[in-house]
Amino acid sequence: MAQAAKMPARRVSLLLATRKGLWQLHGDATRRSWRVAGPQFLGHIVHHCIADPRDGKTMLAAARTGHLGPTIFRSADRGRSWHEAKQPPAFGEGSNRTVDHTFWLTPGHASEPGVWYAGTSPQGLFRSEDGGATWRGVAGFNEHPQRKAWCGGDQDGTPDGAKLHSILIDPRDPKHMYIGMSSGGVFESTDAGADWRPLNHGVKADFLPQPDPEYGHDPHCVRLHPLLPDRLYQQNHCGIYRLDRPADRWEDIGVGMPKSVGPIGFPMVVHPREPDTIWVFPMDGTSVWPRVSPGGKPAVYRSVNGGKTWQRQATGLPKSQGWWTVKRQAMTADAGAPAGIYFGTTSGAVWGSRDEGRTWKCLAAHLPEIYAVETM
Amino acid sequence: MTPVRVLVPNPLRSYTRDVATVSAEGGTLADVVGDLDRRYPGIRFRIVDEHGRIRQHIKFFVNGLQVRDLSPRLDRDDEVMIVCALSGG
Repeated sequence: MAQAAKMPARRVSLLLATRKGLWQLHGDATRRSWRVAGPQFLGHIVHHCIADPRDGKTMLAAARTGHLGPTIFRSADRGRSWHEAKQPPAFGEGSNRTVDHTFWLTPGHASEPGVWYAGTSPQGLFRSEDGGATWRGVAGFNEHPQRKAWCGGDQDGTPDGAKLHSILIDPRDPKHMYIGMSSGGVFESTDAGADWRPLNHGVKADFLPQPDPEYGHDPHCVRLHPLLPDRLYQQNHCGIYRLDRPADRWEDIGVGMPKSVGPIGFPMVVHPREPDTIWVFPMDGTSVWPRVSPGGKPAVYRSVNGGKTWQRQATGLPKSQGWWTVKRQAMTADAGAPAGIYFGTTSGAVWGSRDEGRTWKCLAAHLPEIYAVETM
Repeated sequence: MTPVRVLVPNPLRSYTRDVATVSAEGGTLADVVGDLDRRYPGIRFRIVDEHGRIRQHIKFFVNGLQVRDLSPRLDRDDEVMIVCALSGG
């Protein structure tokens, strides 16, 4: 691959949502030196924290504690001070469901400042039009006549609760959205969430009796390329997939992964500029699903041709006895050239690469289990 | 309105500015929790869900006796104790 031209240095900060609070990692202009800041919300389970790219200063964090119910914290000054949402995501009176936690936060379309979306456990979709202060359910999904069939029951969720995640907004059209559900699958709306349809053809669901079911799948993480919004990738419970719209049948791109590693994992990362370049972090999905690095040898895998072939990127990572993995929101890229790639582990370490995955360095250790990593 | 004393557990004192015992008013426990939320915005949803049910790991005691929902009537000078159950990790 041609070496990318070096871009002017821009400082990167990482938002680290963990099982015990929120931390930040601040990089210097070269991305070689990093400083840990925090914690904030110590003792809170922070499932996600993300900055608003539309104004560069607003941040939302989804939090709860073991005892207390879920809420959303908002900052208008890049995390210096926080205020609680006046009306956090909650199901309506007609529902018998209760929001256990907000799992995923997505800033809305560039043309809709102040609009945010939230995905919850159990699966619910919520929208805020005032920068996260008050939230309302998206009735087109939460009250859809098929919702119960799409989402399944208590036995269809992930171990810590079924989740609605991967809320993707088409940068060309704020009414065009995708969501992912574990379980449920990938769904698409073209009318700002008023109606939805499954988008899962071609994706395996080997835990279901039907060979090609319409829904009921388990996408772990779905990404849309910001410069080529018709290109979707997903890391699924049963493999790695790519979809080029308007086609509606996903292509299995996990077949090129080494058999000894397999195509199972949680996160999926797309390159900020090159739609064919993606990263995954495989984990052991055999037997009883240990959900650790295969063989105790952590490695990132990158494809530069849309998933046709994959290269192992493990220089700097532990060569053995590394029994951790990376959760679905805990791996991301910055906008630098070359792109910086970052991931946080279930063992509380943050690893970074300033050369698109060729070499890795541990940027922080001894933090709580990391649930999400986002750049700011 | 009926004023009652409310004992607030540590995890909720970020709402009460670290005050452990506060006053609230209402004829029922539900009214008192609603009044608490007016005085300390956001506190209700942390302990009671969107359907008015006490959250799984929260307990309410009225004058030392545990209650299972927010329906009990309260008298002047009753004491409401909110407890975070023994759970977590």
